[in-house]
Amino acid sequence: MVLPHVAEAAAQPASPQPPIGLLAELTHRCPLRCAYCSNPLEMETRSAELDTETWKRVFSEAADLGVIHLHLSGGEPTARRDIVELTRHASQVGLYTNLITSGLGVTDAMLDALHDAGLDHIQLSMQGADGAVTDAVVGTRGAFERKEAFARAVVARGFPLTLNAVIHRLNIGQVPLMIEKAVAFGAGRIEIAHTQYYGWALKNRAQLMPARADVDRTIEEVKEARERLAGILTIDAVFPDYYAKYPKLCNGGWGARTLSVTPSGLALPCHAAQTIKHLDFWSVRDHSIGEIWTSSPAFDAYRGTSWMKEPCISCERRTVDLGGCRCQALALTGDPRNADPACIKSTFHSELGDIAVAESSAAVNLAAVAYRGFSRPGAEQAGVVVAPRSPYTERPA
Amino acid sequence: MSGLDDGTVPRFPRGVKFREDKVRGQHMLLGPERIFNADPVATQILSLCDGKRTIVEIVDALTEVFAADAATIRPDVESFLIDLRQKQLVTL
Ligand code: SF4
Ligand code: SF4
Repeated sequence: MVLPHVAEAAAQPASPQPPIGLLAELTHRCPLRCAYCSNPLEMETRSAELDTETWKRVFSEAADLGVIHLHLSGGEPTARRDIVELTRHASQVGLYTNLITSGLGVTDAMLDALHDAGLDHIQLSMQGADGAVTDAVVGTRGAFERKEAFARAVVARGFPLTLNAVIHRLNIGQVPLMIEKAVAFGAGRIEIAHTQYYGWALKNRAQLMPARADVDRTIEEVKEARERLAGILTIDAVFPDYYAKYPKLCNGGWGARTLSVTPSGLALPCHAAQTIKHLDFWSVRDHSIGEIWTSSPAFDAYRGTSWMKEPCISCERRTVDLGGCRCQALALTGDPRNADPACIKSTFHSELGDIAVAESSAAVNLAAVAYRGFSRPGAEQAGVVVAPRSPYTERPA
Repeated sequence: MSGLDDGTVPRFPRGVKFREDKVRGQHMLLGPERIFNADPVATQILSLCDGKRTIVEIVDALTEVFAADAATIRPDVESFLIDLRQKQLVTL
Protein backbone atom coordinates (compact mmCIF):
# COMPACT_ATOMS: atom_id res chain seq x y z
CA MET A 1 0.00 0.00 0.00
CA VAL A 2 1.00 3.59 -0.48
CA LEU A 3 1.98 5.38 2.70
CA PRO A 4 -1.02 7.32 3.96
CA HIS A 5 -0.65 10.98 4.24
CA VAL A 6 -2.31 14.00 5.74
CA ALA A 7 -1.00 17.25 4.40
CA GLU A 8 -1.60 20.61 5.99
CA ALA A 9 -3.78 22.39 3.46
CA ALA A 10 -1.58 24.78 1.49
CA ALA A 11 -2.32 28.49 1.35
CA GLN A 12 -4.65 28.98 -1.55
CA PRO A 13 -4.03 31.47 -4.30
CA ALA A 14 -6.29 34.47 -4.15
CA SER A 15 -9.13 33.27 -6.30
CA PRO A 16 -12.68 32.96 -5.05
CA GLN A 17 -12.16 29.48 -3.68
CA PRO A 18 -14.63 28.85 -0.90
CA PRO A 19 -13.66 30.49 2.40
CA ILE A 20 -12.38 28.29 5.19
CA GLY A 21 -13.10 30.51 8.17
CA LEU A 22 -15.87 32.76 9.42
CA LEU A 23 -15.31 35.16 12.30
CA ALA A 24 -18.73 35.88 13.76
CA GLU A 25 -18.53 38.96 15.94
CA LEU A 26 -21.72 38.25 17.79
CA THR A 27 -21.61 41.40 19.89
CA HIS A 28 -19.31 44.27 20.75
CA ARG A 29 -20.40 44.13 24.38
CA CYS A 30 -17.64 42.98 26.71
CA PRO A 31 -16.98 43.14 30.44
CA LEU A 32 -13.34 44.05 29.78
CA ARG A 33 -11.97 47.24 28.28
CA CYS A 34 -8.67 46.12 26.81
CA ALA A 35 -6.33 48.81 25.61
CA TYR A 36 -5.35 46.65 22.62
CA CYS A 37 -8.85 45.66 21.56
CA SER A 38 -9.22 45.43 17.81
CA ASN A 39 -12.90 46.29 17.87
CA PRO A 40 -13.62 49.56 16.07
CA LEU A 41 -13.76 52.78 18.06
CA GLU A 42 -17.40 53.14 17.14
CA MET A 43 -18.78 49.94 18.54
CA GLU A 44 -22.17 48.61 17.57
CA THR A 45 -24.87 48.62 20.21
CA ARG A 46 -27.01 45.78 21.40
CA SER A 47 -30.11 47.05 19.65
CA ALA A 48 -28.28 46.89 16.31
CA GLU A 49 -27.25 43.24 16.74
CA LEU A 50 -28.50 40.48 14.47
CA ASP A 51 -31.15 38.24 15.94
CA THR A 52 -30.83 34.53 16.59
CA GLU A 53 -32.54 33.38 13.42
CA THR A 54 -30.38 35.53 11.20
CA TRP A 55 -27.16 34.22 12.74
CA LYS A 56 -28.42 30.67 12.30
CA ARG A 57 -29.14 31.32 8.65
CA VAL A 58 -25.66 32.82 8.25
CA PHE A 59 -24.07 29.72 9.79
CA SER A 60 -26.05 27.39 7.51
CA GLU A 61 -25.10 29.42 4.44
CA ALA A 62 -21.47 29.49 5.52
CA ALA A 63 -21.39 25.71 5.93
CA ASP A 64 -22.98 25.23 2.51
CA LEU A 65 -20.43 27.55 0.97
CA GLY A 66 -17.54 25.54 2.42
CA VAL A 67 -16.61 27.35 5.63
CA ILE A 68 -14.84 24.92 7.95
CA HIS A 69 -13.99 26.85 11.11
CA LEU A 70 -16.49 29.12 12.80
CA HIS A 71 -15.05 31.52 15.37
CA LEU A 72 -17.69 32.77 17.77
CA SER A 73 -16.24 36.04 18.87
CA GLY A 74 -17.00 39.60 19.92
CA GLY A 75 -16.68 41.55 22.21
CA GLU A 76 -17.62 38.81 24.60
CA PRO A 77 -19.73 36.28 22.67
CA THR A 78 -21.24 34.76 25.82
CA ALA A 79 -22.88 38.11 26.52
CA ARG A 80 -25.44 36.91 23.95
CA ARG A 81 -28.21 34.99 25.68
CA ASP A 82 -28.53 32.71 22.66
CA ILE A 83 -24.87 31.62 22.63
CA VAL A 84 -25.69 27.98 23.39
CA GLU A 85 -28.43 27.82 20.78
CA LEU A 86 -26.15 29.39 18.16
CA THR A 87 -23.34 26.98 19.01
CA ARG A 88 -25.65 23.99 18.75
CA HIS A 89 -26.92 25.09 15.37
CA ALA A 90 -23.41 25.72 14.04
CA SER A 91 -22.28 22.32 15.21
CA GLN A 92 -25.32 20.63 13.66
CA VAL A 93 -24.63 22.15 10.26
CA GLY A 94 -21.11 20.71 10.44
CA LEU A 95 -18.99 23.73 11.36
CA TYR A 96 -15.96 23.38 13.62
CA THR A 97 -16.89 25.71 16.46
CA ASN A 98 -14.36 27.80 18.35
CA LEU A 99 -15.44 30.13 21.15
CA ILE A 100 -13.18 33.16 21.53
CA THR A 101 -13.82 34.47 25.01
CA SER A 102 -12.47 36.64 27.80
CA GLY A 103 -13.71 33.92 30.18
CA LEU A 104 -15.58 36.47 32.27
CA GLY A 105 -19.24 35.89 32.91
CA VAL A 106 -19.11 32.30 31.69
CA THR A 107 -20.64 30.13 34.40
CA ASP A 108 -19.99 26.43 34.89
CA ALA A 109 -23.57 25.77 33.86
CA MET A 110 -23.01 27.62 30.59
CA LEU A 111 -19.82 25.63 29.97
CA ASP A 112 -21.74 22.40 30.48
CA ALA A 113 -24.41 23.57 28.09
CA LEU A 114 -21.82 24.55 25.49
CA HIS A 115 -20.16 21.17 25.85
CA ASP A 116 -23.50 19.50 25.30
CA ALA A 117 -24.15 21.76 22.29
CA GLY A 118 -21.03 20.38 20.60
CA LEU A 119 -18.56 23.22 21.06
CA ASP A 120 -15.21 22.00 19.74
CA HIS A 121 -12.65 24.37 21.14
CA ILE A 122 -12.20 27.36 23.44
CA GLN A 123 -9.79 30.21 23.00
CA LEU A 124 -9.27 32.32 26.10
CA SER A 125 -7.67 35.73 25.95
CA MET A 126 -4.78 36.25 28.34
CA GLN A 127 -3.58 39.77 28.99
CA GLY A 128 -0.86 39.13 31.54
CA ALA A 129 0.61 36.42 33.76
CA ASP A 130 -0.61 37.99 37.00
CA GLY A 131 -3.23 40.28 38.42
CA ALA A 132 -1.23 43.50 38.31
CA VAL A 133 -0.33 43.41 34.64
CA THR A 134 -3.74 42.06 33.64
CA ASP A 135 -5.51 44.89 35.47
CA ALA A 136 -3.38 47.47 33.68
CA VAL A 137 -4.22 46.00 30.29
CA VAL A 138 -7.92 45.28 30.70
CA GLY A 139 -8.84 48.42 32.62
CA THR A 140 -10.77 46.59 35.36
CA ARG A 141 -9.80 44.61 38.45
CA GLY A 142 -9.77 40.95 39.33
CA ALA A 143 -9.91 39.54 35.81
CA PHE A 144 -6.83 37.35 36.11
CA GLU A 145 -8.15 35.18 38.93
CA ARG A 146 -11.44 34.73 37.11
CA LYS A 147 -9.64 33.76 33.91
CA GLU A 148 -7.59 31.21 35.78
CA ALA A 149 -10.70 29.65 37.33
CA PHE A 150 -12.36 29.63 33.93
CA ALA A 151 -9.37 27.95 32.26
CA ARG A 152 -9.41 25.18 34.84
CA ALA A 153 -13.16 24.68 34.43
CA VAL A 154 -12.69 24.45 30.65
CA VAL A 155 -9.93 21.86 30.89
CA ALA A 156 -11.84 19.87 33.53
CA ARG A 157 -14.64 19.42 31.00
CA GLY A 158 -12.28 18.01 28.40
CA PHE A 159 -12.37 21.01 26.08
CA PRO A 160 -9.16 21.75 24.23
CA LEU A 161 -7.98 25.17 25.32
CA THR A 162 -5.88 27.74 23.52
CA LEU A 163 -4.67 30.84 25.29
CA ASN A 164 -4.43 33.90 23.12
CA ALA A 165 -1.88 36.34 24.48
CA VAL A 166 -1.70 39.62 22.64
CA ILE A 167 1.70 41.12 23.32
CA HIS A 168 2.65 44.79 23.69
CA ARG A 169 4.79 46.99 25.87
CA LEU A 170 2.64 46.52 28.98
CA ASN A 171 3.12 42.74 29.09
CA ILE A 172 6.11 41.94 26.88
CA GLY A 173 8.23 41.16 29.95
CA GLN A 174 5.85 38.35 30.89
CA VAL A 175 6.03 36.12 27.82
CA PRO A 176 7.87 33.25 29.57
CA LEU A 177 5.56 33.54 32.58
CA MET A 178 2.49 33.45 30.37
CA ILE A 179 3.82 30.31 28.71
CA GLU A 180 4.30 28.74 32.16
CA LYS A 181 0.75 29.73 33.11
CA ALA A 182 -0.55 28.10 29.93
CA VAL A 183 1.06 24.83 31.00
CA ALA A 184 -0.24 25.20 34.55
CA PHE A 185 -3.79 25.87 33.29
CA GLY A 186 -3.68 22.75 31.10
CA ALA A 187 -3.92 24.58 27.78
CA GLY A 188 -2.77 22.63 24.75
CA ARG A 189 -1.76 25.67 22.82
CA ILE A 190 -0.81 29.30 23.26
CA GLU A 191 -0.74 32.02 20.67
CA ILE A 192 1.83 34.70 21.32
CA ALA A 193 0.54 37.36 18.98
CA HIS A 194 2.02 40.80 18.86
CA THR A 195 -0.57 43.53 18.67
CA GLN A 196 -1.92 44.51 15.30
CA TYR A 197 -2.58 48.21 15.41
CA TYR A 198 -6.24 48.76 14.51
CA GLY A 199 -9.13 50.12 16.45
CA TRP A 200 -8.33 50.76 20.10
CA ALA A 201 -4.83 49.38 19.65
CA LEU A 202 -4.00 52.06 17.08
CA LYS A 203 -5.39 54.72 19.37
CA ASN A 204 -3.14 53.43 22.16
CA ARG A 205 -0.14 52.63 20.01
CA ALA A 206 2.17 55.03 21.83
CA GLN A 207 1.62 53.12 25.08
CA LEU A 208 1.67 49.69 23.48
CA MET A 209 4.55 49.69 21.00
CA PRO A 210 7.27 47.36 22.28
CA ALA A 211 10.98 48.10 22.02
CA ARG A 212 13.02 46.25 19.45
CA ALA A 213 15.24 44.61 22.04
CA ASP A 214 12.22 43.26 23.88
CA VAL A 215 10.75 41.88 20.67
CA ASP A 216 14.03 40.15 19.85
CA ARG A 217 14.16 38.69 23.33
CA THR A 218 10.64 37.25 23.04
CA ILE A 219 11.62 35.56 19.78
CA GLU A 220 14.40 33.77 21.67
CA GLU A 221 12.13 33.03 24.62
CA VAL A 222 9.52 31.49 22.35
CA LYS A 223 12.11 29.40 20.57
CA GLU A 224 13.51 28.07 23.82
CA ALA A 225 10.06 27.28 25.24
CA ARG A 226 8.97 25.55 22.03
CA GLU A 227 11.84 23.10 22.25
CA ARG A 228 11.42 22.52 25.95
CA LEU A 229 7.64 22.04 25.79
CA ALA A 230 7.35 20.03 22.58
CA GLY A 231 4.48 17.58 22.94
CA ILE A 232 3.10 19.47 25.97
CA LEU A 233 2.24 22.88 24.63
CA THR A 234 2.03 24.10 21.05
CA ILE A 235 3.32 27.66 20.78
CA ASP A 236 2.27 29.70 17.78
CA ALA A 237 3.85 33.12 17.52
CA VAL A 238 3.21 36.18 15.40
CA PHE A 239 5.88 38.83 15.60
CA PRO A 240 5.24 42.54 15.09
CA ASP A 241 5.52 43.83 11.58
CA TYR A 242 6.55 47.35 12.53
CA TYR A 243 10.02 45.84 12.83
CA ALA A 244 9.73 43.43 9.89
CA LYS A 245 11.29 43.43 6.45
CA TYR A 246 8.32 42.11 4.53
CA PRO A 247 4.66 42.22 5.43
CA LYS A 248 2.59 39.21 6.30
CA LEU A 249 0.02 37.70 4.02
CA CYS A 250 -2.90 39.36 5.74
CA ASN A 251 -5.67 37.00 6.83
CA GLY A 252 -4.65 34.56 4.10
CA GLY A 253 -5.34 37.20 1.47
CA TRP A 254 -8.21 39.61 0.92
CA GLY A 255 -11.34 37.65 0.06
CA ALA A 256 -9.29 34.46 -0.17
CA ARG A 257 -9.64 32.45 3.03
CA THR A 258 -11.84 34.09 5.63
CA LEU A 259 -14.55 36.60 6.28
CA SER A 260 -15.95 38.42 9.29
CA VAL A 261 -19.47 39.46 10.11
CA THR A 262 -20.00 42.37 12.51
CA PRO A 263 -22.64 42.32 15.26
CA SER A 264 -25.07 44.23 13.06
CA GLY A 265 -24.46 41.98 10.05
CA LEU A 266 -21.92 43.69 7.82
CA ALA A 267 -19.74 41.16 6.03
CA LEU A 268 -16.08 42.15 5.93
CA PRO A 269 -13.04 40.57 4.24
CA CYS A 270 -11.14 41.25 7.47
CA HIS A 271 -12.29 42.50 10.85
CA ALA A 272 -10.45 45.81 10.37
CA ALA A 273 -11.75 46.41 6.85
CA GLN A 274 -14.31 48.99 7.88
CA THR A 275 -11.48 51.46 8.27
CA ILE A 276 -11.46 51.62 4.47
CA LYS A 277 -14.36 53.99 4.22
CA HIS A 278 -15.07 53.98 0.50
CA LEU A 279 -15.82 50.27 0.38
CA ASP A 280 -19.43 49.19 0.22
CA PHE A 281 -19.93 46.32 2.67
CA TRP A 282 -23.00 44.23 2.09
CA SER A 283 -25.10 43.09 4.99
CA VAL A 284 -26.09 39.51 5.71
CA ARG A 285 -29.56 40.92 6.26
CA ASP A 286 -29.83 41.56 2.51
CA HIS A 287 -27.55 38.96 0.94
CA SER A 288 -26.50 35.38 1.50
CA ILE A 289 -22.94 34.64 2.55
CA GLY A 290 -22.41 32.97 -0.82
CA GLU A 291 -23.51 36.06 -2.76
CA ILE A 292 -21.34 38.27 -0.63
CA TRP A 293 -18.30 36.06 -1.09
CA THR A 294 -18.55 35.78 -4.85
CA SER A 295 -20.22 39.03 -5.92
CA SER A 296 -19.84 41.86 -3.43
CA PRO A 297 -17.62 44.72 -4.58
CA ALA A 298 -15.84 45.00 -1.24
CA PHE A 299 -14.61 41.40 -1.43
CA ASP A 300 -13.49 41.91 -5.00
CA ALA A 301 -11.75 45.23 -4.37
CA TYR A 302 -8.38 43.81 -3.30
CA ARG A 303 -8.73 40.19 -4.24
CA GLY A 304 -5.72 38.72 -6.01
CA THR A 305 -3.16 41.08 -7.53
CA SER A 306 -5.00 43.10 -10.20
CA TRP A 307 -5.61 46.10 -7.89
CA MET A 308 -1.90 46.55 -7.23
CA LYS A 309 0.35 49.42 -8.14
CA GLU A 310 4.09 49.91 -7.67
CA PRO A 311 6.07 48.60 -5.90
CA CYS A 312 3.86 45.52 -5.50
CA ILE A 313 2.77 45.07 -9.09
CA SER A 314 6.26 44.28 -10.34
CA CYS A 315 7.44 42.53 -7.18
CA GLU A 316 8.31 38.85 -7.16
CA ARG A 317 6.67 38.45 -3.76
CA ARG A 318 3.30 39.74 -4.93
CA THR A 319 1.65 36.33 -4.87
CA VAL A 320 3.41 35.44 -1.61
CA ASP A 321 2.16 38.26 0.61
CA LEU A 322 -0.35 39.93 -1.73
CA GLY A 323 1.06 43.29 -0.72
CA GLY A 324 0.38 42.77 2.98
CA CYS A 325 -2.42 44.43 4.86
CA ARG A 326 -4.71 46.90 3.07
CA CYS A 327 -5.95 48.39 6.31
CA GLN A 328 -2.44 49.07 7.55
CA ALA A 329 -1.51 50.55 4.17
CA LEU A 330 -4.46 52.90 4.44
CA ALA A 331 -3.92 53.77 8.09
CA LEU A 332 -0.25 54.62 7.66
CA THR A 333 0.08 55.76 4.04
CA GLY A 334 -3.39 57.06 3.22
CA ASP A 335 -3.90 54.70 0.27
CA PRO A 336 -5.00 51.08 0.66
CA ARG A 337 -3.42 50.21 -2.71
CA ASN A 338 0.04 51.10 -1.49
CA ALA A 339 2.37 48.38 -0.32
CA ASP A 340 1.92 47.62 3.36
CA PRO A 341 4.48 49.92 5.03
CA ALA A 342 5.86 46.92 6.89
CA CYS A 343 7.59 46.21 3.54
CA ILE A 344 11.11 47.55 2.99
CA LYS A 345 10.09 48.53 -0.56
CA SER A 346 7.46 50.91 0.78
CA THR A 347 8.52 54.57 0.85
CA PHE A 348 6.82 54.75 4.23
CA HIS A 349 8.86 51.89 5.69
CA SER A 350 11.53 53.92 7.45
CA GLU A 351 8.86 56.16 8.92
CA LEU A 352 7.25 53.08 10.38
CA GLY A 353 10.51 52.05 11.98
CA ASP A 354 10.94 55.57 13.34
CA ILE A 355 7.47 55.51 14.86
CA ALA A 356 8.22 52.19 16.50
CA VAL A 357 11.50 53.39 17.94
CA ALA A 358 10.18 56.75 19.10
CA GLU A 359 7.04 55.40 20.72
CA SER A 360 8.64 52.40 22.33
CA SER A 361 11.45 54.35 23.91
CA ALA A 362 9.12 56.59 25.90
CA ALA A 363 8.01 55.50 29.34
CA VAL A 364 4.60 53.88 29.58
CA ASN A 365 1.98 56.32 30.77
CA LEU A 366 -1.01 54.35 31.95
CA ALA A 367 -2.97 57.53 32.49
CA ALA A 368 -2.81 58.08 28.75
CA VAL A 369 -4.31 54.71 27.88
CA ALA A 370 -7.77 54.95 26.34
CA TYR A 371 -9.49 51.83 27.59
CA ARG A 372 -12.14 50.78 25.15
CA GLY A 373 -15.66 51.77 25.89
CA PHE A 374 -18.85 53.06 24.37
CA SER A 375 -18.36 56.78 24.04
CA ARG A 376 -21.14 59.22 24.62
CA PRO A 377 -21.76 61.76 21.90
CA GLY A 378 -19.26 64.59 22.27
CA ALA A 379 -16.92 62.66 24.50
CA GLU A 380 -14.70 61.61 21.62
CA GLN A 381 -13.99 65.19 20.51
CA ALA A 382 -13.00 66.09 24.03
CA GLY A 383 -10.52 63.24 23.99
CA VAL A 384 -12.29 61.44 26.77
CA VAL A 385 -13.40 57.86 26.51
CA VAL A 386 -16.22 57.08 28.85
CA ALA A 387 -16.47 53.81 30.72
CA PRO A 388 -18.88 51.36 29.16
CA ARG A 389 -22.19 50.81 30.78
CA SER A 390 -22.55 47.36 32.21
CA PRO A 391 -22.17 45.05 29.25
CA TYR A 392 -25.30 43.11 30.08
CA THR A 393 -27.66 45.99 30.55
CA GLU A 394 -26.64 48.34 27.83
CA ARG A 395 -29.36 50.70 26.70
CA PRO A 396 -29.72 51.58 23.06
CA ALA A 397 -27.50 54.54 22.26
CA MET B 1 10.30 2.85 16.38
CA SER B 2 8.55 1.16 19.27
CA GLY B 3 5.42 -0.64 18.12
CA LEU B 4 1.91 -0.07 19.40
CA ASP B 5 0.15 -2.70 21.53
CA ASP B 6 -2.43 -4.85 19.80
CA GLY B 7 -5.12 -3.44 22.07
CA THR B 8 -4.39 0.20 21.18
CA VAL B 9 -7.56 2.10 20.29
CA PRO B 10 -6.93 5.26 18.27
CA ARG B 11 -9.32 8.08 19.16
CA PHE B 12 -9.86 11.66 18.12
CA PRO B 13 -9.65 13.89 21.17
CA ARG B 14 -12.29 16.57 21.66
CA GLY B 15 -11.41 19.44 19.40
CA VAL B 16 -10.32 17.17 16.57
CA LYS B 17 -12.86 16.26 13.94
CA PHE B 18 -12.57 13.94 11.00
CA ARG B 19 -15.16 14.74 8.40
CA GLU B 20 -16.01 14.77 4.76
CA ASP B 21 -15.99 18.16 3.12
CA LYS B 22 -18.65 17.90 0.43
CA VAL B 23 -17.80 21.25 -1.11
CA ARG B 24 -14.19 20.27 -1.75
CA GLY B 25 -14.82 16.56 -2.29
CA GLN B 26 -12.24 15.69 0.31
CA HIS B 27 -11.91 14.23 3.79
CA MET B 28 -10.29 16.43 6.38
CA LEU B 29 -8.90 16.22 9.85
CA LEU B 30 -9.71 19.42 11.70
CA GLY B 31 -8.14 20.91 14.78
CA PRO B 32 -8.19 24.41 16.17
CA GLU B 33 -6.89 26.66 13.39
CA ARG B 34 -5.65 23.58 11.55
CA ILE B 35 -6.89 21.72 8.51
CA PHE B 36 -5.25 18.57 7.23
CA ASN B 37 -6.37 17.09 3.96
CA ALA B 38 -6.50 13.31 4.10
CA ASP B 39 -5.49 11.41 0.98
CA PRO B 40 -7.53 8.32 0.02
CA VAL B 41 -5.42 5.91 2.06
CA ALA B 42 -5.45 8.16 5.13
CA THR B 43 -9.21 8.49 4.68
CA GLN B 44 -9.59 4.70 4.75
CA ILE B 45 -7.63 4.43 7.98
CA LEU B 46 -9.20 7.38 9.73
CA SER B 47 -12.71 6.24 8.81
CA LEU B 48 -11.98 3.09 10.79
CA CYS B 49 -10.89 5.06 13.85
CA ASP B 50 -14.26 5.09 15.56
CA GLY B 51 -12.99 5.04 19.13
CA LYS B 52 -13.91 1.34 19.44
CA ARG B 53 -11.75 -0.57 16.98
CA THR B 54 -8.28 -1.65 18.07
CA ILE B 55 -5.32 -1.31 15.80
CA VAL B 56 -5.52 -5.05 15.05
CA GLU B 57 -9.13 -4.67 13.91
CA ILE B 58 -8.28 -1.61 11.84
CA VAL B 59 -5.44 -3.41 10.08
CA ASP B 60 -7.68 -6.44 9.51
CA ALA B 61 -10.32 -4.27 7.89
CA LEU B 62 -7.67 -2.68 5.69
CA THR B 63 -6.51 -6.05 4.38
CA GLU B 64 -9.93 -6.30 2.76
CA VAL B 65 -9.45 -2.96 1.01
CA PHE B 66 -5.80 -3.13 0.00
CA ALA B 67 -3.92 -5.89 -1.76
CA ALA B 68 -1.53 -6.49 1.12
CA ASP B 69 -1.41 -8.62 4.24
CA ALA B 70 -1.57 -7.45 7.83
CA ALA B 71 2.17 -7.76 8.38
CA THR B 72 2.79 -5.31 5.54
CA ILE B 73 0.05 -2.87 6.45
CA ARG B 74 0.57 -2.71 10.21
CA PRO B 75 3.88 -0.79 10.27
CA ASP B 76 2.54 1.83 7.86
CA VAL B 77 -0.59 2.33 9.91
CA GLU B 78 1.44 2.58 13.09
CA SER B 79 3.84 5.17 11.81
CA PHE B 80 0.92 7.12 10.38
CA LEU B 81 -0.89 7.14 13.72
CA ILE B 82 2.22 7.92 15.73
CA ASP B 83 2.85 10.89 13.49
CA LEU B 84 -0.73 12.08 14.06
CA ARG B 85 -0.29 11.66 17.80
CA GLN B 86 2.71 13.95 17.64
CA LYS B 87 0.48 16.52 15.97
CA GLN B 88 -2.05 15.97 18.79
CA LEU B 89 -4.63 14.77 16.27
CA VAL B 90 -5.17 11.30 17.76
CA THR B 91 -4.70 9.70 21.14
CA LEU B 92 -3.37 6.17 21.29
S1 SF4 C 1 -9.81 42.50 23.50
FE1 SF4 C 1 -10.54 42.73 25.64
S2 SF4 C 1 -12.12 44.34 25.49
FE2 SF4 C 1 -11.74 43.62 23.37
S3 SF4 C 1 -13.30 42.07 23.07
FE3 SF4 C 1 -11.44 41.02 23.79
S4 SF4 C 1 -11.66 40.87 26.04
FE4 SF4 C 1 -13.17 42.38 25.31
S1 SF4 D 1 6.46 45.27 -2.65
FE1 SF4 D 1 4.38 44.60 -2.23
S2 SF4 D 1 4.31 42.49 -2.93
FE2 SF4 D 1 6.50 43.06 -2.78
S3 SF4 D 1 7.12 42.38 -0.74
FE3 SF4 D 1 6.48 44.51 -0.57
S4 SF4 D 1 4.31 44.44 0.00
FE4 SF4 D 1 4.88 42.39 -0.78
